Amino acid sequence: MSWWRPSLLGYAVRSKLADIGMGARLFARLVALFGPAMRRFGLVRDQVHFLGNYSLSIITMSGLFVGFVLALQGYNVLQLYGSANSLGLVVTLGLVRELGPVITALLFAGRAGTSLTAEIGLMRAGEQLSAMEMMAVDPVRRILAPRFWGGVIAMPLLALVFNAVGVIGGWLVGVVLIGVDAGAFWGQMQGGVDVFKDVGNGIVKSLAFGVAVTFIAVLQGYVAKPTPEGVSRATTRTVVMASLTVLGLDFVLTALMFSI
Amino acid sequence: MHKMCHGASGFAPMMQGFAIFLRGRPSRLSATLPTTMSSSADALVQLRNVTFGYGERVVLRDLSLTVPRGKVTAIMGASGGGKTTILRLIGGQQRAQQGQVLVNGQDVGAMDMEQLYAARRRMGMLFQFGALFTDMSVFDNVAFPLREHTDLPEELIRDIVLMKLGAVGLRGARDLMPSQISGGMARRVALARAVALDPELIMYDEPFAGLDPISLGTAAQLIRRLNDAMGLTTIVVSHDLEETFRLADQVIILGPGSVAAQGTPDDVRASQDPLVHQFVHALPTGPVPFHYPGPSVAQDFGPVGMGSQGGGDA
Repeated sequence: MSWWRPSLLGYAVRSKLADIGMGARLFARLVALFGPAMRRFGLVRDQVHFLGNYSLSIITMSGLFVGFVLALQGYNVLQLYGSANSLGLVVTLGLVRELGPVITALLFAGRAGTSLTAEIGLMRAGEQLSAMEMMAVDPVRRILAPRFWGGVIAMPLLALVFNAVGVIGGWLVGVVLIGVDAGAFWGQMQGGVDVFKDVGNGIVKSLAFGVAVTFIAVLQGYVAKPTPEGVSRATTRTVVMASLTVLGLDFVLTALMFSI
Repeated sequence: MHKMCHGASGFAPMMQGFAIFLRGRPSRLSATLPTTMSSSADALVQLRNVTFGYGERVVLRDLSLTVPRGKVTAIMGASGGGKTTILRLIGGQQRAQQGQVLVNGQDVGAMDMEQLYAARRRMGMLFQFGALFTDMSVFDNVAFPLREHTDLPEELIRDIVLMKLGAVGLRGARDLMPSQISGGMARRVALARAVALDPELIMYDEPFAGLDPISLGTAAQLIRRLNDAMGLTTIVVSHDLEETFRLADQVIILGPGSVAAQGTPDDVRASQDPLVHQFVHALPTGPVPFHYPGPSVAQDFGPVGMGSQGGGDA
């Protein structure tokens, strides 16, 4: 009755610890299965195509609009200080350091993460994973690992596309629409953006987000209750947990990478 | 009982040929089997004093049973009585809390993952609704275990898959997706997939559930024919009394947690055990109550005698 009864509290703590332990073991297995997954690269390639290619339209459109908005907002502030020529630099730094990896990860969680969770959850509900186990085929190796590594590979690629399209969006609004000097736009960008510190760290961030989002998605699908309600809840949990993890992780990574 | 398998003149040699090819040794034909069903030497599967439960609910209590090699054994009993759990214990998907589950004399519960997977390569299981991979065609579903476990060239895999699909009458459906075939066809495809690696033991979980009479008869024939032609040992969990009694060599009726009756279909039919009698004659009342345990009628609806005589489930 009372949630604080020692036995119930102990049971809840034990269950939570068991869940964490199970998640940690699954994560370790997925990391250890990098080699075997790459040896059957066809399976990973299919997942990169499924997760990445099908997310391309939403990533491209979002990148374009984020570039538009960054250019508009950036121009309004920069012109106050007579620095409108730095617009290209501001847009690009904002994209490659923060918005590219973060928004791509959030969109990836909503588009590809939910699809992964639902697919794996429905495979469990339809006894496909059990059938695979009974055929002596390990579902973690055959189903989860290719999806996990496919997501990890797809995420930085999508973030790069997002950044590139975002820069084009910034150029369209800043240079074509508002009339900022094109030479200054591209020149300041080339001079101010460091390949390793800015672009490289952005890629590292998106890799970390790729690991986090894809792992959460496959874990939630794998442990989903085999019912319509269970799969639906798992899908929701994927979006909530992945989004919060991305935002929290972004703060930590930014503090580590860009703090003075 | 075995008349069903006589109609397949080319079926048996074909399946035996592929069994020899894939297993690399002759199949154990049912005709060569000793007739003693209960001898442990002839048992492929043995459950010894097995206890298993989900949480606090004990499903199997000190259960012992034997599945003879080369025969069709049916496991029947009330819903929730642990029939599917027995299949999961044999397949190693659940581990017994007490007792031993022996397959070929080896304790499944004591196996590590590698040993378990090696043991599963000699088993096939047909799930209630087929459990086909929905993103693969019928052909790829049947080819799946072959591609995962063998290095056979694709041409040979094609031939084997078409032979297996031919055995279940679905060679022409190779290019269809699972969403394009009926429930009965899905189970036949799953059956072809389950025997793709020529297992020693095949387990069927409710193979007749929801099938029309034609599909049901076809499924029963296939189970019998595959068992005899490939020298399999078969375990069928089913609720369909008539079809299962016609099909099986041995019937096991599960009571609450343990075996209520075990023997040939005729022995079980003649059993005087009240639970077996209720089950075999499909009686609504008996040792298995109609009402789920709960508060009495008086507790739920007030004292009896105010114009109602109550329901009698207290």
